[in-house]
Amino acid sequence: MSTIFGIPTPALYGQILIGLINGSFYALLSLGLAVIFGLLRVINFAHGAQYMLGAFAAYLLLEYAGIGYWPALIAAPLIVGASAIVVERTMLRRLYGLDPLYGLLLTFGLALIFEGAFRYWFGAAGKPFSPPSQLAGGVNLGFMFLPIYRGWVVIASLVICVGTWLLIEKTRLGAYLRAATENATLVQAFGVNVPQLLTLTYGLGAALAGLAGVLAAPVYQVSPLMGSNLIIIVFAVVVVGGMGSILGAIITGYMLGVLEGLTKVFYPEASSIVIFVVMAIVLLVRPAGLFGREE
Amino acid sequence: MSDAPLLDVRGLQAWYGESHVLHGVDLAIREGETVTLLGRNGAGKTTTLRAIMGILGRRQGVVNLRGHDLLRLPLHRVAQAGLGYVPEERGIFASLNVEENLMLPPKVAEGGMSVAEIYELFPNLLERRWSQGTKLSGGEQQMLAIARVLRTGAKILLLDEPTEGLAPVIIQRIGDVLVTLKARGMTILLVEQNFRFARKVADRFYLMEDGRIVNSFAGHELDSHTSQLHDVLGV
Repeated sequence: MSTIFGIPTPALYGQILIGLINGSFYALLSLGLAVIFGLLRVINFAHGAQYMLGAFAAYLLLEYAGIGYWPALIAAPLIVGASAIVVERTMLRRLYGLDPLYGLLLTFGLALIFEGAFRYWFGAAGKPFSPPSQLAGGVNLGFMFLPIYRGWVVIASLVICVGTWLLIEKTRLGAYLRAATENATLVQAFGVNVPQLLTLTYGLGAALAGLAGVLAAPVYQVSPLMGSNLIIIVFAVVVVGGMGSILGAIITGYMLGVLEGLTKVFYPEASSIVIFVVMAIVLLVRPAGLFGREE
Repeated sequence: MSDAPLLDVRGLQAWYGESHVLHGVDLAIREGETVTLLGRNGAGKTTTLRAIMGILGRRQGVVNLRGHDLLRLPLHRVAQAGLGYVPEERGIFASLNVEENLMLPPKVAEGGMSVAEIYELFPNLLERRWSQGTKLSGGEQQMLAIARVLRTGAKILLLDEPTEGLAPVIIQRIGDVLVTLKARGMTILLVEQNFRFARKVADRFYLMEDGRIVNSFAGHELDSHTSQLHDVLGV
């Protein structure tokens, strides 16, 4: 069996794949956080709960309505996005212009309520969720075995990240969003309905989390706490990438996912803290993050 | 030119937080007119424009556009009613290129200039259309800030100190642009400290001091008011 630095190559490739899978979720989630923070200046602590809601929406659609994975991939993000729009309209909107701490506390409280409610209804144990039959099984690539669903997650999340980036960088709506991030009052003074833009942005960010939740359902299990396990790492990713930087969030997400995977191969003891070590170093050397601008 | 004012401001008061900054501003602009607000720094000129737009929080009084009360409208509806705002700080967006900056304000009415006409009026902007907005020179940024609201079909331009900090040759260029716009029938409310610039385009002047209008006179009467102007403007 071939080895690199004394590590069997299948183990190495396997961990890189796991790193890419985790990195896909880091990227998707930190992308949504970055979009929301950029425009609303809200640190959305409910993001992990919204990811969990996406996974549960897919699970419940299948259990109770017989709606399968593919329709759920559209429906679950819409459900999560719609619930986020209700939250923005009824609660979050009242906190704009106040200290960002209020938004953080509100969304943190909402996350606790959602997770508590789902734990009460469904218990803490994970629910299995099978990948769709088209994506079941795996292929032998010669140098490693690739479960097809995992390959799909990496590709789908890349497509979603690039699509979101194009939406923000290349469209009229994205120009409104970028301009409003700089100076919302002036954009509104030009006749753009900025309050509506804020609502849509929060809905979009939450829908991205919901979509990540559906993608994650067959990889991890569907459980009420699946989001809170992940969200701490995702916040570290956002800090490393730079608060509010879209491209930074995406690149850093994949990068840190792979770094975490490689650490599992070379120094497993450090794998659960490596991202936080990177975060601490970045904060010391470049407090605005790798891709952030000093304000 | 009809006699009923297009924009009618009466008894406009405004506050920045606790401090009362406008104490009852009265001014009226007829369609096609160019009116200039003169006054020294801190007299309340910029605040008057911001209060008309609704960018300030607390306001009282009357701001009527063709009989519609602007004070009741949320900020984004004010632009839609036909006001085109060119802020003092120019407000060019760094994360947008020149063309994106130009295309940003949504159309509010028919009758705006086409993009081709705008580039004809501002050839520099065409040359630099793919540059980042804030990479332009100060003069180019000012032209972009004006160009941006010409596309939208706004009926009244609110221009806040368009010549501030610019070289004489650029000021000349901006003066020519205003003359062109005026000839096209645009209504303009101009805030200026440079009354030698303003006299080329203004039909009427309002003089502001301490959050109030203290005098108004027609453009051709400027010379007979020079001593008061020197007094109030401190020039």
